[in-house]
Amino acid sequence: MNAPDLKLVVSKRDPAAGPPQGGISPLGGQRPASAAECGGATAAGVSRFHESAKAQVAGAATYIDDIPEVRGTLHAAPVCSPVAHGVLKGIDPSAALAVPGVHAFIGADDIPGDKLLAAFAHDEPVFAQGTVQFLGQVGGLIVADDVMTARRAARLVKWDIEVLEPVITPQQAHAKQSYVLPPVHVTRGDAAAALQRAPHRLEGAFEVGGQEHFYLEGQIAYVLPLEQQQWWVYSSTQHPGEVQHWVSHALGLANHAVTVECRRMGGGFGGKETQAGHLAVWAAIAANKLRRPVKLRLDRDDDFMITGKRHPFAYRYRVGFDDRGHLCGLELDMLANCGFSADLSGPVADRAIFHADNAYFLEDVAIHSYRCKTNTQSHTAYRGFGGPQGVIVIERIMGDIARHLGVDALDVRLANLYGIEDRNVTHYQMAVEDNILEPLMTQLALTSGYRERAEQIAQWNASSPVIKRGISLTPVKFGISFTATLFNQAGALVHVYTDGSVQVNHGGTEMGQGLNTKVAAIVADELGVPFDKVLSTASDTSKVPNASATAASSGTDLNGRAAQFAARQVRQNLAAFVAGLDGVGAGAVRFEGGQVITEKQTRTWESVVGAAYANRIQLWSDGFYRTPKIHYDKTTMLGRPFYYFAYGAAVTEVAIDTLTGESRVLKVDILHDVGRSINPAIDIGQIEGGFVQGMGWLTTEQLVWNAKGYLQTHAPSTYKIPATGDIPAHFKVDLWPEPNREDNVHGSKAVGEPPFMLAISVFEALRDAVAQAGGRPEAMNAPATAEEVLRAVQGL
Amino acid sequence: MKPQNTGQTLRFLRRGAPVSLDNVPADRTLLDILREDLHLSATKEGCGEGDCGACTVVLGEVVNGRLRYKAINSCIRLAHSVDGMAVYTAEDIAAPSGELHPAQEAMVQCHGSQCGFCTPGFVMSLFGMYQNTQGGKGIGREQAQADLSGNLCRCTGYRPILDAAQQMGRLPLPAGCAVDEAATVAALSELKKKKPMAEASYLRPTTLANLLQARAAHPQAQVVAGTTDVGLWVTKMHKRFPQVLDVTAARELQRVETYPHHIAIGAAVTLTDAFAALVKERPQLLSFSQRFAGLPVRNSGTLGGNVANGSPIGDSMPLLIALGASVVLMRWKKTKTGGEIAHRELRLEDLYTGYRTNVMRPDELLCWIKVPRPTGHALEKVYKISKRFDDDISAVCLAIQMTVKAGVVQQVSIGAGGVAATPARARQTEAALLGQAWNEDTVMAATAALRAEFQPISDMRASAAYRHTVLGNLLRRFWLESQGQQAINLESLKTLEALS
Repeated sequence: MNAPDLKLVVSKRDPAAGPPQGGISPLGGQRPASAAECGGATAAGVSRFHESAKAQVAGAATYIDDIPEVRGTLHAAPVCSPVAHGVLKGIDPSAALAVPGVHAFIGADDIPGDKLLAAFAHDEPVFAQGTVQFLGQVGGLIVADDVMTARRAARLVKWDIEVLEPVITPQQAHAKQSYVLPPVHVTRGDAAAALQRAPHRLEGAFEVGGQEHFYLEGQIAYVLPLEQQQWWVYSSTQHPGEVQHWVSHALGLANHAVTVECRRMGGGFGGKETQAGHLAVWAAIAANKLRRPVKLRLDRDDDFMITGKRHPFAYRYRVGFDDRGHLCGLELDMLANCGFSADLSGPVADRAIFHADNAYFLEDVAIHSYRCKTNTQSHTAYRGFGGPQGVIVIERIMGDIARHLGVDALDVRLANLYGIEDRNVTHYQMAVEDNILEPLMTQLALTSGYRERAEQIAQWNASSPVIKRGISLTPVKFGISFTATLFNQAGALVHVYTDGSVQVNHGGTEMGQGLNTKVAAIVADELGVPFDKVLSTASDTSKVPNASATAASSGTDLNGRAAQFAARQVRQNLAAFVAGLDGVGAGAVRFEGGQVITEKQTRTWESVVGAAYANRIQLWSDGFYRTPKIHYDKTTMLGRPFYYFAYGAAVTEVAIDTLTGESRVLKVDILHDVGRSINPAIDIGQIEGGFVQGMGWLTTEQLVWNAKGYLQTHAPSTYKIPATGDIPAHFKVDLWPEPNREDNVHGSKAVGEPPFMLAISVFEALRDAVAQAGGRPEAMNAPATAEEVLRAVQGL
Repeated sequence: MKPQNTGQTLRFLRRGAPVSLDNVPADRTLLDILREDLHLSATKEGCGEGDCGACTVVLGEVVNGRLRYKAINSCIRLAHSVDGMAVYTAEDIAAPSGELHPAQEAMVQCHGSQCGFCTPGFVMSLFGMYQNTQGGKGIGREQAQADLSGNLCRCTGYRPILDAAQQMGRLPLPAGCAVDEAATVAALSELKKKKPMAEASYLRPTTLANLLQARAAHPQAQVVAGTTDVGLWVTKMHKRFPQVLDVTAARELQRVETYPHHIAIGAAVTLTDAFAALVKERPQLLSFSQRFAGLPVRNSGTLGGNVANGSPIGDSMPLLIALGASVVLMRWKKTKTGGEIAHRELRLEDLYTGYRTNVMRPDELLCWIKVPRPTGHALEKVYKISKRFDDDISAVCLAIQMTVKAGVVQQVSIGAGGVAATPARARQTEAALLGQAWNEDTVMAATAALRAEFQPISDMRASAAYRHTVLGNLLRRFWLESQGQQAINLESLKTLEALS
């Protein structure tokens, strides 16, 4: 390379310059580690503020309903079935069409492409056809000038339905062998024989309720027709690629004709993985027919009535164990209430099987998983994705074994942990290579004073006539990777502009979890530039194609790595260029602190970028990542579905009121494994938020369907997620200090889902309190509402 | 398409400048005019029923010459009800330079936003707290929890938000962030001078006499007194109200009046102020008062509205029945010389005739609630059982007032909610107690009477069996508490928490 005619600004790095101050909280207190503790002038490892925080607090962060509307925009409202099951004879929209301001009814006849959604099992109609399968099923849309007119008119649409008996519970469905997908059986050894031999046996039945996502931003899509049968879709979605696929499929177009953009969601939690697609497809069909932009924003009640939730599960189990509480054999039936269609129920129920061991070695085991079809909303992804429904049943068994033997439940749990050298292969034949739970749980038991408190609580209870306290320590081991191996791939683009500013775009989506903040930090470190140089931009199917859903806790693992690779490519281009200038090896060029350093010269990042551009060096790149090592056989369910496990444990202390069944969480101590944290504040936010959401699932969040299949809890007035008053004053979160033993981005571990299951300690603590009140904890189902607790304490 | 010429002009103050909107229909919500008419998208709709707080804005109102700030739910507040007030949203409180208000900055620094959708609502609740505490001074964790219980967050688990509430007072207030109170008060009085149109669709009389005359003249108008329930009829039941009569501007009814033997709470007094008046005389009601919905609902809703609405699960009525409250109904009676106010008074429990039906004439309005003052002899307790501790509707509510003299029940009144079609007085149970020795046997008999007296239904809040069981158990709790047992409720554990 010829020496270019350059005016490089040369500066010396000021060694006195401290770590970057921007984004580090003076109010952070005990929580996030400071930049200095996290290794100095790097972007990762620092508790940076969420990249949108300042805009969010000022109301300046744009959600889809905030996008200025394009001229001619119409508004849609869904027309929902008033019965849960029936033969659909017709839909009469004439009364709605007579309302001033109403433009059209959009129904199945208006679908230019496939009348079935492009869902995995291809079993879900875009609009109800032939039969009505749940109360709330969408049969069409009313489109009007404004949203309230559309909603009012939608209720005037008349359905002609010959009502059939609905199937509401998974038990009813199982009795009829009504399934959305075939049963799956995973066995190892001979569970029946092991049970026969076991010194002790217990059997039980248990039910755990579903959970509404209650993302604060309801489902929404805004679809704009472009020229030449091309489409622009704003969707609040965790999976823009799937929305693109579904919309093009319904419109009978190629994928390339549809672009989907999502800057951010107001919460997702799994609820916008597939469910966002429905909205976008419906709006697109309306926009296609009317040749106008159409926005579809669900009213909260409609959102509850239409969209799927966490799968409710019912279980039957028989377990055998020895005098020390070691599991000998386990037979477990899991009935997943899938609702009317498969949606993601297959992989959800699979993950429940994969987590029925949680942290424990199951030697002789037989798990039978039934994917029950009911006339309810089609249940879907929700943080943990079946994992919580697997973990809770084995944790319940641990608690019951301990009570049966009259020993502390922590000892039973420790006794059953996976081993390091032996007893370390899961029931699906994956070796547990990095089990850190024994030291982690032991440390947590010590720091939380678990054993002393357990004793004090028992003493206190003896003299407390009405209030009883309980305590529990439960662990989590959660498998990280999409179980569908093909989804474990990601792409990213890193653009460096001539002024040295950087844009990163990746296939992931931002739903509040801080993905964009983490990815920007990773890119900043890779390029050695300050964090503020890097801007994350909206997820966009025309930038990174075929991206997987932002789900399975994998957002940073996949997209962070892909972005790191993209940035690395740009850095390598620049390094080669600078190496040529200075006559050094490219490996000797360092990028740090906004400077590019060789043994000969130190240049500013901006000057290097400007010079590189002038010399026609590529300043942008793609990056691609696929998770190594994973494989499994979908038919036998055996293999290594997970790249690694994330671990954690929680100690929760509760109190119950034996006159009313009301309860309170008094104290929570958590020790959780996020590997080497990319952003401790964000990770702690995920842990606390996940825990509280899990606590809601197991305490106050109760979904009630009546016998007719009507969801009676369809608004926050009747469906109670945790509020400020439910948070204990003592709520302590510590991070396990060890990096990920697998080669993962920055040594980190995934954090989105695993902490959710820490809240199972709340349920087990409540059952401990019920036991200490002389009640029947083995009879208690989840959620542990006041009524459920009172039923277990004194019967009703 | 907006209805043409069906509404009247609405004026309020935003960032110190008047906003004027013409033809705003009587039933249009404040949130809709912010988002749709003014294109101010900071304020979000989360639920449309006042339960999540994403739509929280702060109202500034002149009370006795000073600005008073109230965080309210804009989604169920009718727009015209803020006529003549200052309205603050999350886009209004930063300094002109863009420097964030401490309520915002603390949220950033404490990592209080994740998805950010609830955030503007939290920020406005924090702003309301900030303004009402001389710059966020002295806000402890309990106050933060109580004042933010009407704001839901699904991401953070609240800890960082509670931290922000407690810490915002430590941050500097950037130049230009402070509300110029004198200028605002002056601008608001300027706004008030503009008179409403004669043929108004949103009637908001400022005197009691005018209010009653308007009621007589417009019997078809929908009466509102805070719209924390009627607002849902608009957003959820899609009802239309061509004409609305708002009682909350009537000056006389905005007062709490204290008399030797009772206090009189006007129908325009917010739940916040009404409960404050009750708690002042009965400090044990503090927790119960904070559990009535969330602060933004208590700041909009009125006690009169709650009582007149007559929902079987309205939480104030069982308490008021037990305290022996009565209601004053008023109407405009025509006379030869013009007219005069006629009134009648009845016991609260006699107001209701069935599910959401009552004895009121079409031209009558519930104007006053009279609550006897505590005598000092009676034991008064109220118990609320709900799935969630805060901001929930009770499955069962039981309030008991009892005077025991020389071991004998000399006086007792019991109000029950959630167990019948109306809030009800437990007369049979009272009969089983009155004149009896206050002992275990009497309690057993009264428990049986209480359980026999009501036939509650099963619904999504609780089963009939649970309600039935708990009714009796709550009477048992009252007995135990009357015997001096202290640590028999979960709230007593707060002390325990503090000790450990």
